[in-house]
Amino acid sequence: MTAITENYQAIVISFVTAILLFVAAGVGSLVLGTFLAALRVGPVAIMRRAAGVYVTSVRNIPLLVVLLFLYYAGPKIGVTFRFVDIVIPTGWGDIRMTNAFATAVVGLTLYTACFVCEAIRSGINAVPVGQAEAARAIGLPFSGVMRQVVLPQAFRAALPPLASVQIALLKNTTVAIAITVLETAYQLKQLTDANPGDRWWLLAVFAGGFVLLVEIVSFASNRMERRWRVAR
Amino acid sequence: MSTSVLFDAPGPKTVRRHRLYTVLTVVVLLALLALVGLRLSSSGQLEGDKWEVFVTPAYLERILVDGVLETLKMAAGGIVGAVLLGLVLGIGKLSDHAVVRLPSWALVEFFRAVPVLMLMIFFFSVYGIYNGSSGPFWCVVWALSLYNGAVLAEVFRAGILAVPAGQAEAAYAIGMRKTQVVWIILLPQAVKIMIPAIISQCVVTLKDTSLGYAIAAPGLTALARPLYLEFQNHVPVFIVIAAIYLVLNLLLTALANVVQRRFVGERKPLEVSAVGTADQRTV
Repeated sequence: MTAITENYQAIVISFVTAILLFVAAGVGSLVLGTFLAALRVGPVAIMRRAAGVYVTSVRNIPLLVVLLFLYYAGPKIGVTFRFVDIVIPTGWGDIRMTNAFATAVVGLTLYTACFVCEAIRSGINAVPVGQAEAARAIGLPFSGVMRQVVLPQAFRAALPPLASVQIALLKNTTVAIAITVLETAYQLKQLTDANPGDRWWLLAVFAGGFVLLVEIVSFASNRMERRWRVAR
Repeated sequence: MSTSVLFDAPGPKTVRRHRLYTVLTVVVLLALLALVGLRLSSSGQLEGDKWEVFVTPAYLERILVDGVLETLKMAAGGIVGAVLLGLVLGIGKLSDHAVVRLPSWALVEFFRAVPVLMLMIFFFSVYGIYNGSSGPFWCVVWALSLYNGAVLAEVFRAGILAVPAGQAEAAYAIGMRKTQVVWIILLPQAVKIMIPAIISQCVVTLKDTSLGYAIAAPGLTALARPLYLEFQNHVPVFIVIAAIYLVLNLLLTALANVVQRRFVGERKPLEVSAVGTADQRTV
């Protein structure tokens, strides 16, 4: 128990880092994923093909390999994020958003965007055919069909799978341990190495933290779904 | 091209516009490829000696035996454990007895919410660290079994609930007990719709074996470090490793599609959400 009472500040900081990773990559992946989904259902064949190849290849590669590639192989071909160097000093310790953090955000975004794309595509498929047909019948172009009729409904239908994807992203922030981001998995490893006697407590605290965060995302998703449900 | 319901068959103006978009996309993609190629060649990553290791028999054997085989072994162990655990928890969640149902529900929610990597790190500190080279291997297998078991429990439950209600009602009507209804009537029909979902979960398991890297478990990803330290070929190593994962997963996905077409037909594949629910339905 002492491992927790003595290190609660470091534990909280590690969770804040994880949440920052989650928020940054979450926003990034929603934007990129929506863009990819638009390309994948659009009328230009080569764009559909290109987005399809991207999604199929990246989603079948482990996230860890994506992150390791960006962190270890990236600098060899001039891909670095050294320009990112933000350290937020707090009373409980520094929150470090440096090269590794930025690499993790980029990797998580690139990886999660594929799943966001698939979720939105399944949402678009769930919109009744008549909706798109009616929109075309009144003369809307593709952009109008998508923006004003299909996507607003598709996003609602895609909300549950999107929430699943974001929950997976939240848990995937732990993978950033491999590229030296000081997040939750790193802190758990440090503390269990230093205090083997307290490892059950440590697991309980870290796992409990994640259960709590996942439940918050679940709750928000359920509320939003109920609020925005399309009346049919 | 005009088969989509989202847009009309293009008129002459739109065809011209789309041609312009096509050309622009091709130009951008080619420019990207050229940039990557240029970066690769100017940093010397395309030189033959950086790639030679992948056609050298001794190293090839190492990649296939220490890498691919170990990865497949961990994935197979994880999926077998996951199916067994998923069956127990999934049926447990459908139990009429709250004593069985609530703990099953709690276990499923817990293991679905906790990152696999954390479970691995924990098992490593409890078991792996004291058990030499086979320790981390089993930590990965257990962590994968627990996490994927929790996901598969939901798949099994959803699959059983997806069987038309009349089937269970008819079985009860001819006097079967619940055990018989589940094992003789519901599960055999549910298995068909579950199998594609289980194979999709195999893809997740296979990808997650890479996380063993963090606890020094064997596998494909763990091979990257010794290789690039020896040959300074960071880029080729990761490209080859990613390609191997890609091929393995595409094979699994193709298998899932074949099975889906064979057993399920046009019905939608079974999907379970990671969003927690307090749904306590039973059959």
